[in-house]
Amino acid sequence: MNQIVPASKRPGTELAAPETQDYVTMFIDGQMFGIQVLTVQDVLGPQKITRIPLAPREVAGSLNLRGRIVTAVDVRLRLGLRNAAEDNKGMSVVVDQNGELYSLMVDQVGEVLTLPAAKFERNPPTLDPMWREFSAGIYRLEDKLLVVLDVAKLLDFNKNE
Amino acid sequence: MDDLLSEFLTETSESLSVLDVELVKLEQNPEPGILQNIFRLVHTIKGTCGFLGLPRLEHVAHASENVLGKFRDGELEVTPTAVTLILQAIDRIKLILGHLEQNECEPEGEDGDLIAKLNDMAEGRSPTVAAPAAAAAEEAPPFPVAADLLAEVEAAYAAGKKAASDTDMLVEMAKERAKEAAAQAQAQAQTPAAEPEAVPEVRASVPAPTASPPALAKQAEHPVAVGEPKESAVAAQTIRVNVELLENLMTLVSELVLTRNQLLQMVRGRDDSEFTAPLQRLSHITTDLQEGVMKTRMQPIGNAWAKLPRIVRDLSIEMNKKIDLQMLGAETELDRQVLELIKDPLTHMVRNSADHGLEGPEERKRAGKPEIGKVVLNAFHEGGHIIIEISDDGRGLNLDRIKQKAIANGLASESELEAMNPQQIYQFIFKAGFSTAEKVTSVSGRGVGMDVVRTNIEKIGGTVELKSQPGRGSTFVIKIPLTLAIVSALIVECASERFAIPQISVLELVRVTNNSEHGIEMINNAPVLRLRDRLLPLVSLKKLLRLNNGEDQETFIVVTQVGTYTFGIIVDRVFDTEEIVVKPVAPILRHISMFSGNTILGDGSVIMILDPNGIAGATGESGMLGGGQTTESTVVRDLHGDSKTSLLVFRAGGEDLKAVPLALVARLEEIDVKDVEYSHGKPMVQYRGHLMPLVSIDGSNQFAAEGRQPVLVFSDRDHTMGLVVEEIVDIVEDRLKVELSANNPGVIGTAVIAGKATTIIDAGYYLPQAFGDWFGRADLEYGTDDHAALRILLVDDSPFFRNLLTPLLSVGGYEVTAVEGADRALALREQGQDFDLIISDIEMPGMSGFEFATAVRSEGRWQMLPMIALSSHATEKDFERGRQVGFNDYVAKFDRDSLLQTIASTLAALKGAA
Repeated sequence: MNQIVPASKRPGTELAAPETQDYVTMFIDGQMFGIQVLTVQDVLGPQKITRIPLAPREVAGSLNLRGRIVTAVDVRLRLGLRNAAEDNKGMSVVVDQNGELYSLMVDQVGEVLTLPAAKFERNPPTLDPMWREFSAGIYRLEDKLLVVLDVAKLLDFNKNE
Repeated sequence: MDDLLSEFLTETSESLSVLDVELVKLEQNPEPGILQNIFRLVHTIKGTCGFLGLPRLEHVAHASENVLGKFRDGELEVTPTAVTLILQAIDRIKLILGHLEQNECEPEGEDGDLIAKLNDMAEGRSPTVAAPAAAAAEEAPPFPVAADLLAEVEAAYAAGKKAASDTDMLVEMAKERAKEAAAQAQAQAQTPAAEPEAVPEVRASVPAPTASPPALAKQAEHPVAVGEPKESAVAAQTIRVNVELLENLMTLVSELVLTRNQLLQMVRGRDDSEFTAPLQRLSHITTDLQEGVMKTRMQPIGNAWAKLPRIVRDLSIEMNKKIDLQMLGAETELDRQVLELIKDPLTHMVRNSADHGLEGPEERKRAGKPEIGKVVLNAFHEGGHIIIEISDDGRGLNLDRIKQKAIANGLASESELEAMNPQQIYQFIFKAGFSTAEKVTSVSGRGVGMDVVRTNIEKIGGTVELKSQPGRGSTFVIKIPLTLAIVSALIVECASERFAIPQISVLELVRVTNNSEHGIEMINNAPVLRLRDRLLPLVSLKKLLRLNNGEDQETFIVVTQVGTYTFGIIVDRVFDTEEIVVKPVAPILRHISMFSGNTILGDGSVIMILDPNGIAGATGESGMLGGGQTTESTVVRDLHGDSKTSLLVFRAGGEDLKAVPLALVARLEEIDVKDVEYSHGKPMVQYRGHLMPLVSIDGSNQFAAEGRQPVLVFSDRDHTMGLVVEEIVDIVEDRLKVELSANNPGVIGTAVIAGKATTIIDAGYYLPQAFGDWFGRADLEYGTDDHAALRILLVDDSPFFRNLLTPLLSVGGYEVTAVEGADRALALREQGQDFDLIISDIEMPGMSGFEFATAVRSEGRWQMLPMIALSSHATEKDFERGRQVGFNDYVAKFDRDSLLQTIASTLAALKGAA
């Protein structure tokens, strides 16, 4: 369990539209995703998760993070990808959404990248509709593409049901 | 001392000390904010005095308030003189309060002088000339030397100055000069610069022995009041602490309890651990601390009862009954959160007992009972719970009526009823749709059904039971947990998952084995258990939660009670009971009705808390539960979830059901068609001393030829209007989700309410039919497309408008969060809530709309949000000011169409810009 940033919320930072943005990168099935660094509360290794019966399939369960209950969401399932291989323990990124903590389960969490706004692009129209829903845009990196996840939409379960 | 009085004294002396400081601040720096605060404080004092029947205090406070009002409106300048006068008034209030504290009554005497001065000040006849004599309360009033001056003189005389006959001339002269000075002062009314020499001269030279008796009395009386300066008992005993702080403390203690449990678990089973002793100590201290903090949240239940005597008294007069309300155990304490939640159900039940339960004196006599009917409220602690009994010695529930009603409502068939015992039949009154709407009187007010009472009580983990004996009366027994934050729960296991079941619902545990006398039997796949000559329906937790792993080893049955419904939950294993801190489940899981929350156990793992209500509902007994789906977490004030709205369902202008949010309805009345009068061709009735216009739903203004007709009374400030309907069907609590919106004027749309398609009426359409000026015209079209899930924050202090606009905006496709004040709104900002648009009222108590906008614009996450101001007077000046502080647009409050248009265009403009 390595802690990266205590999510000190600096209001207005998103709106100021600076030259560069910092993203925590993560990987699912080799695809790179990014979440704005300031929204990330913790990065976790494999956790003991309590299953929640009758919950949506994408909700893996809940876990105890220093006395707070965090709902774990399997991003892989949320994005409509196949189940992960059994041996993959995975990592999670904990985000705060309206005061509730959610842990986004991914294959692997990478480094923090500082990306210039010039490399940002809107979603290509050919993107899978489900992905387009959850993607806030794409960054063109040297060797690969980074999909910026829209956390609010990713956690809005009412819409899809 | 009377509780009310002592509370008043504490509160007022706090206010007064604030006032002292604030007034001085005001004098140095006449800022509107400070003035507003002062005004509010004095106003509160005045209001409370009036309520408690303290005329002297009230008059003084009232006169001061007048002056302050003039300050506020800018009609009077804040001068030292004026402030001095107000301070004097405050001193007088303190004096009277001091007397009150010692003698529990207002001192004799009157404050005509002070009040006259204050009134003079308010009317601009300010005796500025006397200002420098601030220390003395006796400025010279403008015209002929009044009682004050004489009193002053008398004082001087008493102080030993000898009267000299040859000074008579001087006296006369001095009087003349005083008059002159006063006249002069009046001429330069607002000039603070005074002539300091005038007064001392008067003082020195008027040792006239001509004091009037009233002045004497007054002089004599004041020292008495100040006389024995007993150590003030009021000040030191209590301190006021923000409720939020207490809540925080409670949360911390809860966490501490959890950690303690965790530690205990770790040490358990290790006898020789060196930690055992200190841990024991820690455990004790934690328990004590928990109790202590819990106590700070405790309030006597009497607080919830305070208004009952009055209600019963009014009832007894109106119904011509003699009622004796006995309240026992008023000092029983319970958590204030719980207290708030049971207040209304309790009031309702007492009202029911007095209204429906008790017979009139004649009937009682005939039945051989004492003429005076009794309603007894009894509260006491019992094993971690509070029991509240509400009993009456009236006629008891009418079994036949309930049967009829049950059959009429299709809740049971005649043959089913035959098989039931009376106690079972009585339970029907808790069913949704059982409100006895035909009995809606002015007494019942907006009759909330017993089903709502039950739902409310169950929401806080309580239960309500009913016993009734024909001719002997009925008793309701409410059982509620002491506190909501920490509950005792039984930990069970099912398919290797652990769950918690709140202990309050658990009656007993039964172990079943194949060869014991307790075995699970099946009736066509429905498991049942023979338990002491009764057949207990069972639910398998495994099946219910669709847990499918692990072999069948179900061995325990948790016998659970929800209301009067008892059932068994089949689980694999039963562990300990544990004190758990209920935490709400994440919003994305709130729709699962099986869980009431989740918690962290001693071993650090997360566990779901089962909701017995939800489980009972899932077993098909939802009808027994009133609302049925109590999916919301029991503890948390839910912000995000879809909240339920109480709706009044009625029939009017046709057979189909119509509904209007109950909160919009001020009262339900029944009018006699005979009483309808016509003026200007419009129907109206005389109602509570005013004329109330009547409107019918189809605009035809056709009423039944005779008889009585129910009327929904809508009211806002001075306007009251009656909507004539044919029949009031029910009051239900349901999610207001308008599924089909209609183009008909007067209709918001159609929603499913209590399982039936119901037309939601737009009260806003009918109001202008009664009053042209209530709203603007309603014939503009507005687009309602494609802004799904845009979130709007509505800030308005008037609950009427909140209730009116919320459905209106929801229909427009917006998600609305309504709060009653700017500070609440800012609290949401602190919590990190996001919205797409803010609509704010301008005139609000506390922070005004302008200040709110400034606060939003100055910092934080809402800086860039579009804001629309909403105000009842939209002048060019207001508009400009709104723009300046950061409102994007300004809409007149009554013009809902332009509001919708403005929202759409503001959001569109924003989208275009993005």
